[in-house]
Amino acid sequence: MTSRRKVLKAGAAAGALAFGFPAIVRGQSDKIKIGHLTPLTGFLGALGEYAVKGLRIAVDEINAAGGVMGRQLDVMSEDSVNPATASTKAQRMLDQDGVAYLMGEINSASAKTIMQVAARNKRFYMQIGARSDVLRGADCNRYTFHVDIPVTVMVNAEGQALLRDGLIKGKRIFSLTSDYLFGHDLAKGAKAFVTANGGTIIGDELTPTDTTDFSPLLLKIRQAKPDMVATNLGGNQVTNFVKQYAEFGLPYPVAGFNLNTADAWAAGDGNLSGIWPTVWHHEIDTPGSKAFVAAFRKKHGQPPENHAWIEYVSMHIMARAMTETKSTDTEKLIAYFEKQPEFDLLKPRKGYFRSWDHQLMQEAYTFTVKPKGQAKDKWDFLQFGPAVPRPDQPLELLATTQAQNTCKM
Amino acid sequence: MQLLFLLEQVVNGLVLGGYYLLIALGLSLIFSVGGVVNLAHGAFYALGAYISLEIASRLGFGAAVALSPVAVAFLGILFERFILRRFYAADPILSLLATFGLALVAEQSIRMIWGAAPLPAAMPAELKGSVVLGDFLFSRYRLLLLAIVAVVLAGIWTLIHKTSFGRVVRAGIQRPDMVAALGIRLQPYMTAIVLLGVGMAALAGALFAPIALVHPAMGAEILNVAFVVVVIGGLGSFWGVVLAALLVGVVRGVTIHFVPAAGEASMYVLLFLLLMFRPRGLLGERIDKFE
Repeated sequence: MTSRRKVLKAGAAAGALAFGFPAIVRGQSDKIKIGHLTPLTGFLGALGEYAVKGLRIAVDEINAAGGVMGRQLDVMSEDSVNPATASTKAQRMLDQDGVAYLMGEINSASAKTIMQVAARNKRFYMQIGARSDVLRGADCNRYTFHVDIPVTVMVNAEGQALLRDGLIKGKRIFSLTSDYLFGHDLAKGAKAFVTANGGTIIGDELTPTDTTDFSPLLLKIRQAKPDMVATNLGGNQVTNFVKQYAEFGLPYPVAGFNLNTADAWAAGDGNLSGIWPTVWHHEIDTPGSKAFVAAFRKKHGQPPENHAWIEYVSMHIMARAMTETKSTDTEKLIAYFEKQPEFDLLKPRKGYFRSWDHQLMQEAYTFTVKPKGQAKDKWDFLQFGPAVPRPDQPLELLATTQAQNTCKM
Repeated sequence: MQLLFLLEQVVNGLVLGGYYLLIALGLSLIFSVGGVVNLAHGAFYALGAYISLEIASRLGFGAAVALSPVAVAFLGILFERFILRRFYAADPILSLLATFGLALVAEQSIRMIWGAAPLPAAMPAELKGSVVLGDFLFSRYRLLLLAIVAVVLAGIWTLIHKTSFGRVVRAGIQRPDMVAALGIRLQPYMTAIVLLGVGMAALAGALFAPIALVHPAMGAEILNVAFVVVVIGGLGSFWGVVLAALLVGVVRGVTIHFVPAAGEASMYVLLFLLLMFRPRGLLGERIDKFE
């Protein structure tokens, strides 16, 4: 019995070896294969569509200019679906598709599982759009670099604006929180900021990510009579909430610690109000942003949103890293980024990845809504504020300090 | 005070239930008469929303709510004529596969035509805001929605219980063989039922577009709720579906009041409990062809 099992095992191993070969051969082909995962369905699917569009523009530009080290980029983008599927697909991309490295994601829970795959396989992962703090903190690993602004930066950027408008000190705040990793993280950060600045959280309700009807919660908000409603929601949730808040016409000011331009656009002019944070917007006055916005408009007939931008700059950052290291090797790429080279992010100030926690240091923005009737078209009703931190302040001002961050590589 | 507030949640849940009803009633009718579980029902709801936005941008909100269901109901006729009709007598698994496939095709088509990003949908400014009646707060728009649901409901009830059309439909649910023996073809009645059911789903889509997200997967999302309502209500019963829709709305509202995180799960727990004690649903009739 035992010996037969051994024979079977040996046979299976031989089989695996035989099947493993073509993947290795493919990996050495002329093109540089890159594995890209992002949600294309579900409550973050709309953001993922922008992500793919932005990434494609960068890939086309790089390939048209001759590729990287004379090799064309071949990016395979797939729907990450959920954390379990994301990790399975990431492993498959490394094992079978022979990708050089992994990039992408928006959902923090999926990003977490892809990070585990990257660490287990000792392969490079550029984590682009997931914003949870724990990914850069307790769960950080040396194979992953993070591009988007994290929860801490959003809370600080948004919080400073709210503080300035007198909406926190001495105020009673009711909050709604998305019931998954990112929402919990955001709620924790927001609560800490509010409490530290003299405000009180009088209610915090967890909301499933697939909630479409917020009316029972709106009734609860009315009963609580808060001074402000703060949302820690994500993706489609924010849009649904904003639309229904406008429908019920409750009088309390709304603010949110997370909103993507796409969610704001979907809410529609006349529904959105309040102050919101963002990482980039299409009206930033730099030559790089203008060129990217023009290219995106030409191809898609509308301005890009922040997830399109972030994928675009991430791809260009990776292209530069591969060109300068003349390699797709994980260790060489990590060493390169840890030297903290500065990258053009199409914003006034350049950014760099902090060597000790691998998160990108960059400017953030807040936005409000233009007064009624001032929007030129349906993309134009957002009023963007100046960059934070200010030009005279250090770039790391809003980020966690080494003492606060629990990241140990 | 707490009790009064709970009552407000119950009333709010009833309003939401009214909206579930628009979708579930059609699903139930199509199932009861044709014996087909129409998994593509949500797709017609989504189409209703998308087409209403196209119409609203040209002719305004009122025209959108009126015309979008008509346009989608016409698609429903084609759907019945060319797809559904082949499966009335067939193994139920075949109709499940066909309508499920159609739902996927429809969702992807919407994604290709209108994009994956949710579309902005506005409601007329005069419908925004809420009305306070006593201690209760109602969204003005949802009151209008409730009124429309009530009118549609009354219409469907009259049609099914007070007309000769309805007598044939009711007989067709119980004894299709007897109806055939009397020399009446059920086929045209089934076309009419699909037209009505799909039209109601589209109306729900058009009415909900201004307050919820208009995105490609909206049909798949609502189908779960509609299906739960149909099963809880029981087959063949008009009032069963009505009761179930309101019950699901109320249970969801009250659950969110106490444990918001469990809001979306509450209806499945309700379904589970109900099926343990009443496998045929609240008011479900014994229908020989399904036994």
